Amino acid sequence: MNSEQLTDLQKTALKVREHIIRMSTDGGCFTGASLSATDLVVYLYKQFLNIKKETLNDPGRDYLFLSKGHDVPALYGTFVELGWLPVERLNNHLSTRDSIYWHPNVIVPGIEFHSGSLGHLPSVALGVALDCKIAGSPNKVVCILGDGELNEGSVWEAVLVANAYKLDNLLFVVDRNFFQANMPTEELIPLEPLVDKFLAFGAGVKRVDGHDFTVLDDTLSIFPFQSGKLNVLIADTRRGKGLPSIEARADRWFCNFTHDEVNALLAELHGEHTATLESETLVVR
Amino acid sequence: MTYEELLTQTALADERVVVMTAENRALVRNMPKNLGNRFIDTGITEQTMIGAAAGLALRGRTPVVHALAAFLSMRAYEFIRTDVGIGNLPVKLSSFIPGFLSDGNGPTHQAVEDIALMRGIPNMQVFCPADEQDLLQMLPTIWASKSPSYVRISTRPATYQHNQPFEIGCAEVVSRGSDVTILVYGMLFEQALIAANLLRHDGYSVGLVNMRSLKPVDETVILEVCANSDLVVTVEDHFLTGGLYSIVAETLLKYRKTAHVLPFALKGKWYKPARLNEVLEHEGFTGAQIAQAIIEHLVENLAD
Repeated sequence: MNSEQLTDLQKTALKVREHIIRMSTDGGCFTGASLSATDLVVYLYKQFLNIKKETLNDPGRDYLFLSKGHDVPALYGTFVELGWLPVERLNNHLSTRDSIYWHPNVIVPGIEFHSGSLGHLPSVALGVALDCKIAGSPNKVVCILGDGELNEGSVWEAVLVANAYKLDNLLFVVDRNFFQANMPTEELIPLEPLVDKFLAFGAGVKRVDGHDFTVLDDTLSIFPFQSGKLNVLIADTRRGKGLPSIEARADRWFCNFTHDEVNALLAELHGEHTATLESETLVVR
Repeated sequence: MTYEELLTQTALADERVVVMTAENRALVRNMPKNLGNRFIDTGITEQTMIGAAAGLALRGRTPVVHALAAFLSMRAYEFIRTDVGIGNLPVKLSSFIPGFLSDGNGPTHQAVEDIALMRGIPNMQVFCPADEQDLLQMLPTIWASKSPSYVRISTRPATYQHNQPFEIGCAEVVSRGSDVTILVYGMLFEQALIAANLLRHDGYSVGLVNMRSLKPVDETVILEVCANSDLVVTVEDHFLTGGLYSIVAETLLKYRKTAHVLPFALKGKWYKPARLNEVLEHEGFTGAQIAQAIIEHLVENLAD
């Protein structure tokens, strides 16, 4: 990756964060969860996956399945920046005029499958990866999971089965922001040592800084980084990354800001000042 | 021909077909050597098998998946509803050992709420063949359809020659009668056939209908027998709630009709495990018991 590409990724990620912040009002969205995955999503679509606007439905394309459905604003923002989705459609977030809501919906071009119920897409992605192997097609299949989602037993079933079928065309990316919905993961259902868990299940595992494009690129430029098995990338991230006023806070998972707060947060994103937030700080679901 | 031979033949002729199992190979034990990598055993992982089937279907495959009825319909239920149902993907669920066929296994293995669950999923079709001959006649049409489907597998030998071609949404009318008509599906068809013959022997005019397609259901037949028979009987190895009795009741209400309906179903408890013949006897589902109960009901409720 050259410096021009790096600058482009950084600029794109900043734009995507703007889109997410703008979606965090009038009903809100999973702001904190989306911001932690933003850099991963941007990197994967721009540098790793072979998917273009013209090949969104081509069976030879690569696939990205978003199992952690709360990150979907990061996908919408990325699709806008890739030119797949008109930016005006983001104004229809949570409106029956459009199909853009809190969880992924296949009606939106680029979304491969609906999700929202956790622990499903590891197995759906597994089926797609399996078929690519059967068909002798070299597609890469990526599934982004939340760390809280790792509570679901079906995730671990999918890891076992993927390894049994030697699916080294399949990559699980764990958005490891150390929070599940309402709680820090290590206070509720501790996951560490997470690398050891995946290793014990037979996967090839790497752990990286999920906000560092250079490290992501160095790690994934060789894929599979272990052949003959499922590859797992644990990406350490921060909930709310980019906004110091909400970053790494348990109570900023789902956010519904006022328009003034959104403007203040956009300024904060650009390093102008820290926003003062008066909206309710905790939305428990 | 057997189920396995039909599936092998179908899969060899159509490379879209993949056969999957969650380590339940009884029906497909010879398929690994015939199908190679289009035979996929995910191990004891019903939910993951269903998710993977959805993924395969996304890529244009038609997965025919196998698991024990109780675990397929319940353990994997949310995956069926969410991945297959919302996705409206052509995943074909072969549900093995449903209802009374799980005879000695005990309540953990009894799929006696599966019809209610599966027909609650908007895109799902539900089929219940009477026996192996009926099953083999139905499957080519079911597998060729673009819809997801749940098939309650019965490989019991046929005691009746099913000559009416299968059509999705159509019941098989075995006979028509004005005194009583028995509506039945699945393995209890053979007992219903015995019951119908006994009743006929006693001088009653008896109808018998094999309700092989429960969703979509043959509303025309239901309305017709309700209009033309003094008593309509539903027979099913399923809880009373959500199965055939409910379907008949819903159909009558939808068309603002009424009928005298006597249900044979499990009423609020799982059945006592034993050998199949003993289960039928204990629960009151043998042909002779069904006939006797119908006669008593006719005498008590429909005198003159």
